Amino acid sequence: MTASTTNRIVFEKVSKAYSLGGGRKLLRGHVGDWLKPRQSFFALRDVSLQVRDGESVALIGPNGAGKSTLLNLTTRLCYPDQGSVTVKGRVSAVLELGGGFHSDLTGEENLRLAASLQGLTRKRAGELRDVIVEFSGIGDFIREPIRTYSSGMVLRLAFSVAVHADPEILLIDEVIAVGDQAFQSRCFERMQELRRSGKTMLCVSHSPDLLAKMCDRAVWLDHGQVIADGKISEVVDAYQGKTITRG
Amino acid sequence: MWTGDYSFVLQNLVLKDFKIRYRNMSLGVFWSLLNPLIMMSVLTFIFTRIFPSKQPAFPVFVLCGLIPFNFFTLAWASGTNCLVENATLVKRVAIPRVIVPISSVLSQCTHLLIQIAALLAFTVGFGFGVNRYWALLPVVWFFEIVFVLGLVMGCAALDVYVRDMRYVVDSANVVLFWLVPIFYSFEIIPERYHFIYQYNPVAALVLALRKILMEAATPPFSLMWKLALSSLLVFAAGWYIFRRLERRFFEHL
Repeated sequence: MTASTTNRIVFEKVSKAYSLGGGRKLLRGHVGDWLKPRQSFFALRDVSLQVRDGESVALIGPNGAGKSTLLNLTTRLCYPDQGSVTVKGRVSAVLELGGGFHSDLTGEENLRLAASLQGLTRKRAGELRDVIVEFSGIGDFIREPIRTYSSGMVLRLAFSVAVHADPEILLIDEVIAVGDQAFQSRCFERMQELRRSGKTMLCVSHSPDLLAKMCDRAVWLDHGQVIADGKISEVVDAYQGKTITRG
Repeated sequence: MWTGDYSFVLQNLVLKDFKIRYRNMSLGVFWSLLNPLIMMSVLTFIFTRIFPSKQPAFPVFVLCGLIPFNFFTLAWASGTNCLVENATLVKRVAIPRVIVPISSVLSQCTHLLIQIAALLAFTVGFGFGVNRYWALLPVVWFFEIVFVLGLVMGCAALDVYVRDMRYVVDSANVVLFWLVPIFYSFEIIPERYHFIYQYNPVAALVLALRKILMEAATPPFSLMWKLALSSLLVFAAGWYIFRRLERRFFEHL
């Protein structure tokens, strides 16, 4: 198989800018923009990056470095202003947990909805239902509206759906530290399992220890640019060294 | 690329709307019927007691106008807000965005079904009976839904960029109440204004419903092709606007 050498994600000289002073959404604001364009802020500037099939890559960097923008571009929630993004394979993103959840629906109903949004078929969602409920550890509460859940339980349910959606590419943003100790270790197990089964992963986290266990490669972003890209231990050391000398 | 199951997502989103709306209400589905029935009673009172109309079976006559109009205004107004209201979904889940306005219109269609059942019950109750032209009902309703879908796709996409859109829609709905022949008949409209009604799919649907249900006749062919033409044109325009604007929804929500 040549699968191990094919690229799953390719960023070619990608730039993405957001205009500053957003929020003026009435007609007046649009006329104003048209007359006098606003300044923009580059979330990513000229970023090139390849992620091969089966690779597990950590994205590190301070807040506002462009990590989330990079994930959003990969899922096609938004599009680059310059350059191109190519993604091959089904993507499942754990970006903000509980995005499509509604508090008046039961856990079960939210589970089905979330599963369909993640791209599961009706049949597959039915098959995975018990596995997901079991994994989440919600138990009989699954039949109650999720407004009765604790916030940890909602996150556990959302995360359980996301990691069972059989994607080829899994994107994880800052959400690995969900739930209690027992659930966290289950999540960690599941991620390792996905990694061993050859899924491509892109993880964002501020916990270097966790990333070191999850990923083999790290990309360090700052101010929208790639500062370093290489073996996880080296990049994390360099990043931490810099953070320390700075502070 | 999102490669999920469109019908499964749509089913879940429509069910979600339906359940949320009715779970906490003791009268449940009855609320779908209450508004058109109250309007029907008020208009019937006014046009049989205050300004007596020569129209026989006035309740059925006015219901043929109210139900399409009601569906249209609710679907259009709520559909225009759908992307902004579901901003978390649009910004966080990589589903094809067009699913959001489609599910919003389909949610309204569930109420429409209940209301159509009431309309048919009234028609039969007033002694009009079932006729073979009822077979045309799905066709005329189909064009109405296509029309609303086009309008909702276009307006919802514009609403993301210009949040004033919803007020434009609300005002347009007030005007349309008078420009759709809800409580007056097509025959009293001067000929030179006929085109306004025939090319307006809501008005055309009202006229077609009355022909089919009350006169047991097929709607004129000229009316049908104008209904089809304007519905399909609006759908195409809405689709085009949506596709053009959806690339930057993320930045504007």
